[in-house]
Amino acid sequence: MSIIIKSSDDILPSEITDQKVFEGRREFIKKIGFGSAALLTGGHISLSHAKTAAGKYSDLPKSAFSAADKLTDFSDVSGYNNFYEFGTSKYDPAQKAKSFNSDPWSVAIEGEVEKPGVFNLEDFIKPYALEERIYRFRCVEGWSMVIPWVGFPLADMIKQFKPTSKAKYVEFVTLYDTKRMPGQVLKVLPWPYTEGLRIDEAMNPLTLMAVGLYGNDLPNQNGAPIRLVVPWKYGFKSIKSIVKIRFTEHQPLSTWNKIGPKEYGFYSNVNPQVDHPRWSQKTERKIGEPFWAPKHDTQIFNGYAEQVAHLYAGMDLKKNF
Amino acid sequence: MDTVINSNKYSSSLYNPALIKPAVFILCLLPLMNLVWNGFNQGLGVNPAETIIRTLGDWALYILLFTLAVTPLRKIAGLTALIRVRRMLGLIMFFYASLHLLAYVWFDQYFDWNEIVKDIIKRPFITLGFATFILLIPLVLTSTNKMMKRLKRRWKTLHQMIYPISLMAVVHYFWMTRADFRQPVIIAIILSGLLAYRLFVYFKKQQSI
Repeated sequence: MSIIIKSSDDILPSEITDQKVFEGRREFIKKIGFGSAALLTGGHISLSHAKTAAGKYSDLPKSAFSAADKLTDFSDVSGYNNFYEFGTSKYDPAQKAKSFNSDPWSVAIEGEVEKPGVFNLEDFIKPYALEERIYRFRCVEGWSMVIPWVGFPLADMIKQFKPTSKAKYVEFVTLYDTKRMPGQVLKVLPWPYTEGLRIDEAMNPLTLMAVGLYGNDLPNQNGAPIRLVVPWKYGFKSIKSIVKIRFTEHQPLSTWNKIGPKEYGFYSNVNPQVDHPRWSQKTERKIGEPFWAPKHDTQIFNGYAEQVAHLYAGMDLKKNF
Repeated sequence: MDTVINSNKYSSSLYNPALIKPAVFILCLLPLMNLVWNGFNQGLGVNPAETIIRTLGDWALYILLFTLAVTPLRKIAGLTALIRVRRMLGLIMFFYASLHLLAYVWFDQYFDWNEIVKDIIKRPFITLGFATFILLIPLVLTSTNKMMKRLKRRWKTLHQMIYPISLMAVVHYFWMTRADFRQPVIIAIILSGLLAYRLFVYFKKQQSI
């Protein structure tokens, strides 16, 4: 069967907001005094975007790729995480990652690149201009959030290391350290967690290396100190706490693909027409909305078809799920 | 009548036949009351729909295990008065299973009957969960004293259906689990023990004949 790819006309203008609008809102927020910390703690008012203004990364440019959706509360973003390295319950990571120390941290660049090496995190991210990007985040389990990330395009970083012509894929590896990540004592997944992208997916301007959210460093439970964010794919592709990035000629095997090849494919693009064998992917529960309300329709490529559909032109998305 | 006689014997202990029924009734409804309380006090976590569906399913399964534990406890531990709560436990289990199904229909599918039918047909763990629920219905309908008398020997045969039903419920739990199987494994071990007891009794009887 054919998969209907949304044309840009189908995407509501409200979903992709012009940068000027964002800047305008920022001005408005400043004018009415929402910068003050006292008010920021006030919580969930309609101007929840204002909350992103405070913190370490307060004056970052807002990306034109940002979604205009209502942000998910910080307490939900940082309190409900699939991060099995800190336990298999979604409430475990917030508790068990409290004492996790991500400083010092180094990232190794390996494989098909001209300039491999091991870099400490500060040096690693120094060359890149950080920005704030508000992305929709869709978990394979059928729930979604809207998260203001702080990061830089992965493409900027890839260019820096000069991949060779053999670099067809990029593999990412999470820290494996049972002392610091107590959930790894249990063999629920084959550690370390790994993920992969095709090089053109990795180079897509939407693909983000995140170092923060809500204007501050990443909370430990969200993948401190550095993680991937691929907004058009299911959340598990957005690997956390990265220690290694390897450029490869052959398609790497990702963790979930390894343990459930029928359920989790290499691509794992958000697609309401390709169900997970055990549950439908047609709808999603937006975290923060009342539980008795209907769920929302899931969009192809999580609403980012305009930016990424071309990557899969001519591919059978049912086979390459 | 025997209640009065026995109650003297046990009045100082927790095992008081007169109190056992109301006590078990209240205990079994505590998880539900807790869920409702949490619902009104923002205590259902970040994804309340998930919390509600899972908690109701968990408790249906736990109470099913309690139900199956009645006979071994009666025979091995001599807690004969427990027979008074067996039917009630079974009915409360069905009550939790019904709420579990209702929570799925409402909070997960929002009464989209088309999608629900598709789900039941296409997804093995939902097919099995639904079949488990359907198979419980005849047991509930024949749970009265009247039906017990009317069905005579067949009543027992019919209600032995709970053994395969309990296996189905546990497999349903396994099939919905993503990676961490600790909890379903514990449930499966307890169920195996409870069913093994029945097999043991059955073979012993065969031998004595």
